[in-house]
Amino acid sequence: MNIAVCVSHVPDTTTKIRIAADKQNIEQQGVSYILNPYDEFAIEEALKLKEKNGGEVVVISAGGETSKETIRKALAMGADRGVLLKTNGFVDSISLAKALAEEIKSNGSEIVLMGKQSIDYDNSITAQAAAEILGYGCVTVCVDLKIDGTKVIAEREIEGGREVVETSLPVVISAQKGLNNPRYPAIKGIMEAKRKPIAEKDAALGKVHTVLSELKLPSAKNPGRIIGTDSSAVPELVRLLREEAKVI
Amino acid sequence: MSKFSGVDYFNIDGLLSEEEILIRETVRDFVESEIIPIIEEYARKGEFPMHLVGKMAELGLFGANLPSEYGGSDMNNVAYGLVMQELERGDSGIRSFVSVQSALVMYPIFTFGSKEQKRYWLPRLAKGEKIGCFGLTEPDYGSNPGGMVTKAEKTEGGYILNGAKMWITNGTIADVAVVWAKLDGRVKGFLVEKGMKGFTAPEMKGKHSLRASVTSELVFDNVFVPESNLLPNSDGLKSPLMCLNQARYGIAWGVVGSMMACYHSSLTYAQSRVQFGKPIAGFQMTQQKLVYMVTEITKSQLMNLQLGRLKDSGQLRFQQVSMAKRNNCDIALDIARVAREIHGANGILDEYPVMRHAANLESVKTYEGTHEMHTLIVGEDITGLPAFN
Repeated sequence: MNIAVCVSHVPDTTTKIRIAADKQNIEQQGVSYILNPYDEFAIEEALKLKEKNGGEVVVISAGGETSKETIRKALAMGADRGVLLKTNGFVDSISLAKALAEEIKSNGSEIVLMGKQSIDYDNSITAQAAAEILGYGCVTVCVDLKIDGTKVIAEREIEGGREVVETSLPVVISAQKGLNNPRYPAIKGIMEAKRKPIAEKDAALGKVHTVLSELKLPSAKNPGRIIGTDSSAVPELVRLLREEAKVI
Repeated sequence: MSKFSGVDYFNIDGLLSEEEILIRETVRDFVESEIIPIIEEYARKGEFPMHLVGKMAELGLFGANLPSEYGGSDMNNVAYGLVMQELERGDSGIRSFVSVQSALVMYPIFTFGSKEQKRYWLPRLAKGEKIGCFGLTEPDYGSNPGGMVTKAEKTEGGYILNGAKMWITNGTIADVAVVWAKLDGRVKGFLVEKGMKGFTAPEMKGKHSLRASVTSELVFDNVFVPESNLLPNSDGLKSPLMCLNQARYGIAWGVVGSMMACYHSSLTYAQSRVQFGKPIAGFQMTQQKLVYMVTEITKSQLMNLQLGRLKDSGQLRFQQVSMAKRNNCDIALDIARVAREIHGANGILDEYPVMRHAANLESVKTYEGTHEMHTLIVGEDITGLPAFN
C-alpha cells in the first residue's frame, strides 16, 4: 500500500500573533511551530494502515526550510520518507493542492491522508481540491476509516450525527479529531528519523489564483457588561442572550 | 493554567540539536497529558502510578542512552538530561523511577554484567516488563557506603547474602535488585531476584515526600544467589559510585524541571492574582522573586548543557557532576519555597504543584549524595584536602 500524508508546519496554538510590518507575515520572534494537530490524526491513520497492510508512508509538506522539522516529527512517528515542496511566502490553497497532487501522482499513492484543515489559514480546501485534480474519490472530516482491498468505508462527522459513506481507492481522506489517538514519537523513532531521507524540490504551484493583500488582527472584543449580581438580573440576561447576542 | 511552553530566557534551544528538541517536546507532551492530570491524586494516595510504566517503555524512556542492541536508542547524554528535566516537571517520583531503572539498574548490568545477564535483563527492563531497584544505602550507612555490613559468603554454586538495605526506590515492586555487598571485604554487585528464598522488600510508609514513588527496605536473610547472578565486572566501591554518578547527572537536569514547574505556576498566578487593584506580578517584591527564579533556572540550564556536552565527549569529571547536583537541588528547593510565598495561602493546596515539588525536593536534595557530601567532594577537588575522612 502506497500512502501519502500531507502535513503543515503551523504556529503553536498558544502563540500570541503579531503582524509583521509588511502585513504579509506574522512576526516570527517568539513563535514556535508545530505539526498541524489535524495532520497528526492523518499520520496515525496512515501508520495503522501500513502496520496492517504493509507498504510505504511518504510525508509531503509544502513550505520553507523550517517545515522539515514537521516532516522530521512525522518520520519520528514512523513514516518512511519525506518530501519538502519548497515555497516562499503565501500560497493559495488551489495552487498548493496542485503542487501536492503533482507529487502524489508521481509517487503513485493510492491513499492520501491529511488533516481536515490547517490551523493557521483554516481554508479547509486542500484535500477536496487535491482529490479533484487527481481524479480520486474524497471523504472529508473523517472520524472512522476501514479499507478492505479497494473498498473504503468511512464515517464522517456531520451536524448532530455521523454519515457513513462508501467509496473505493484511490482516495483522499481528510482527518477529523476522533479518528484515532495519535502516538507519541518514541525515542527510538526520533533517533532513526535523522537517517530517513527528505527529498527537496520546488513546488509546482502553477497559476496563482489568489494573492494575499494584507493580514489584520481581529477587532478588539467589546468590554463585558455586568447587568446585575443576583437572580433579579436573569430575565434581562435571557432577553439579551436572545435578542442581542442571539445565542439562545 | 496557561499551557507550559518551556523556559528559555537565553535562547538555549539554539544550542540544542533538532533531535534533542524533538525528544524534549515529546516527553513534555507526554508529561502534560499523562502525568500532570493524575499526579496529585497519586501523591495524595501515596501510590506510584503503575499504569505509566508501559507507556514510558513505549516511549523508549528506559535505558534510552544504551545501545539499540540491548533495547536502548543510542541517545546522547544531553537528550537524556532533557528527558529527566521534563519528567521531573511532572514529579520527582516519576523521574526517580526512570532514573533508577535506567541509571542504577540497566547501567550497572550493561557496565558490569555478563553477556547473558545483559541479554536477558536489558531488553526486558527497556520494555518495562521487568522493574529494577538498586540497593546500596543501609540503615546505618548512608553518606559512608564503604562501611556497609551487608555481606556475601561463597558457597557451592553461588553466594549466601545477609544484611539489609534502606531507602530503596522501587524496592517492593522490583523484579530484580542490584545489590551491593561485601565479599571477603570487597564490594561486589549481585542480581537478587524477586522470590528468592529469604529475600523480602517491605515498603516504607509515612513519607511526606516523593509520595508518588515506592520506597522500600530490602532484607536478606541467608539468601542463596547463584554464581550466574554475580555482576562479574563489578569490583570495589568504585562500581556503585559509577552508577550514582549516572543518576546524579540525571538529577542535576531533573530538578530544573521542578524549578520550571514552580516558576511557571508562580508567573501565571502572579499575573492573575489581583490585590490592591492590580496583579501581584506588578509589585516590586513579586518581580524580584520571579526574576530570581528565571535567572537561576537559566544558570542551571547552561550548567547542565555544558555538563552534558562534557559527558558526551568523554571529558566529564565526577566532581563536576557533584557541583551541578549540589547547586541545582539547593536552588530548586529554594525556588519551590519562594513559589509557595508567591502563591500565598493558595500555595499549600494541591490545586497548584508547588507544595508537592517542595516536599519532593527535600528528598532529592538529600538522596544520591547529600548536599553536604557534594560540597565536600568539590571542596576536596579544589583544595586537595579531603574533609570527610
